[in-house]
Amino acid sequence: MASSEEDVSAEDKENNRKKTKRPFVTAWLTVYNIAMTAGWMVLAVAMIRFYIQKGTHKGLYKSISRTLKFFQTFALLEIFHCAFGMVRTSVIVTGVQVCSRIFMVWFVTHSIKQIQNEESVVLFLVAWTVTEITRYSFYTFSLLNHLPYFIKWARYNLFIVLYPVGVAGELLTIYAALPYVRKSGMLSVRLPNKYNVSFDYYICLIIVMLSYIPLFPQLFFHMLRQRRKVLHGEVMVEKED
Amino acid sequence: MSRVTFFEVEILDPKTKGQLCFLDKVEPHATIGEIKCLFHKAYPQWYPSRQALKLDPKGKALKDDEILQNLPVGTTATLYFKDLGPQVGWTMVFLSEYAGPLFIYLLFYFRLPYIYRHKHAFTSSPYPAVTLACVCHSIHYIKRLVETIFVHRFSHGTMPLRNIVRNCLYYWGFAAWLAYYINHPLYTPPYYGNKQVNYALAMFVICQAGNFSINLTLNNLRSDGSKARKIPYPTKNPFTWLFFFVSCPNYTYEAGAWFSFTIMTQCVPVGLFTLIGFIQMTIWAKGKHYTYIREFKEYPDLRMPIIPFLL
Repeated sequence: MASSEEDVSAEDKENNRKKTKRPFVTAWLTVYNIAMTAGWMVLAVAMIRFYIQKGTHKGLYKSISRTLKFFQTFALLEIFHCAFGMVRTSVIVTGVQVCSRIFMVWFVTHSIKQIQNEESVVLFLVAWTVTEITRYSFYTFSLLNHLPYFIKWARYNLFIVLYPVGVAGELLTIYAALPYVRKSGMLSVRLPNKYNVSFDYYICLIIVMLSYIPLFPQLFFHMLRQRRKVLHGEVMVEKED
Repeated sequence: MSRVTFFEVEILDPKTKGQLCFLDKVEPHATIGEIKCLFHKAYPQWYPSRQALKLDPKGKALKDDEILQNLPVGTTATLYFKDLGPQVGWTMVFLSEYAGPLFIYLLFYFRLPYIYRHKHAFTSSPYPAVTLACVCHSIHYIKRLVETIFVHRFSHGTMPLRNIVRNCLYYWGFAAWLAYYINHPLYTPPYYGNKQVNYALAMFVICQAGNFSINLTLNNLRSDGSKARKIPYPTKNPFTWLFFFVSCPNYTYEAGAWFSFTIMTQCVPVGLFTLIGFIQMTIWAKGKHYTYIREFKEYPDLRMPIIPFLL
């Protein structure tokens, strides 16, 4: 599931603080975000070119898989950005988001080759690509202290469509992968063994799918609240937790 | 006869700043607890343990035993109210957290139907390690229940309802998961056989005795009914001599007990439970340790939070 949830005003304050106290951190983050924006743009272009040339989505994943794996794995750095206080977001929130992406890329689409030509894969790839280009360019422009309104608009509006589309793509892909996991018994450990433990990847995938039920609404409504605060400056009387 | 100046107390909603309640003719030496009772009369759904009253909308909640005239307020005090949500007494929380694993483990030990394959229902394992594990696990939770009822004194009366659901899910879930493997028909006994089991059992018993001694010692610190914190010291009981080296030997012994149980059963889920418990207890121990250091200048230098000399 996409987007992270920093408060823009906190980010602005943070950026100003960073500018006066930590020029190297700001420089590194700017470089990082520019690189990631570029990376996902390359992915977008590659996907569009493939579809125009071949007219089909079959083989599309394979053609972009190296680039996807590189840039999505590189995003692990964002956990360190939070852990070292370079970015003011919770480590756990960023960790969960990045790990869910890594899980999708490495433990589903990479490992279960038979589902790589499913339409659902293209569905979440498109959602991720648009989201990430918006998100990283948003961070880049924020760091450069020159944020065009349309980027801010995009970040806080596109998710309304992209989130559900991405989640649908991910869930459908995992669902399509289930029979192949069952048949191959991959990544599973059975009894008896001297460690007295067992692990069934098939059940694990089902649990992952079920976990979307509580998690997705929480993230989605959080983004909605952020959107109202940032775009419309409404004073929200929030329900107390 | 001197005139008593009564206070007026207004209680506001911190978000809307609207007045929820206005109390006049409040005694100057009334406590926050008494004010909470008065507020409860106006709003029966918010019983006192659910209320947090603060001087500042973003500040910390005032303690129940604070006295009105000692607070930095004029004769009209303004307090802000926060609803802490449904509350549950700590005793109730602990009883449900510990009774669950006790019974759940037994369901697996006696291999009730539908857990394992039908042909294994109500059978028993040939390995002594499995029976020993059941005895140890049960004694551990019985001891915890006894301590909750007779030994522990809690400084806070209640905790939010959400916590009891979360805690019970954790304890009950893990108990079921590890009990499933230990009592499984395909269970593999420890690699080094009875030697491994017996040494681990001895360590388990020592750690349980140690943990119990520490809990008794901590209980005696507040035997006069005071709520003030005191430095715990080693007593004649050798198990309490761990106090020379750590601030929270109860956590040390608890971690030790689960570590021995892991060795005794040679089961990864038990190891995982031990690891997570150890991490959580280390966090608690560090918190307690630094609180002690802040509060007492004469706090012993040699002590570490949970592991002697190391952590």
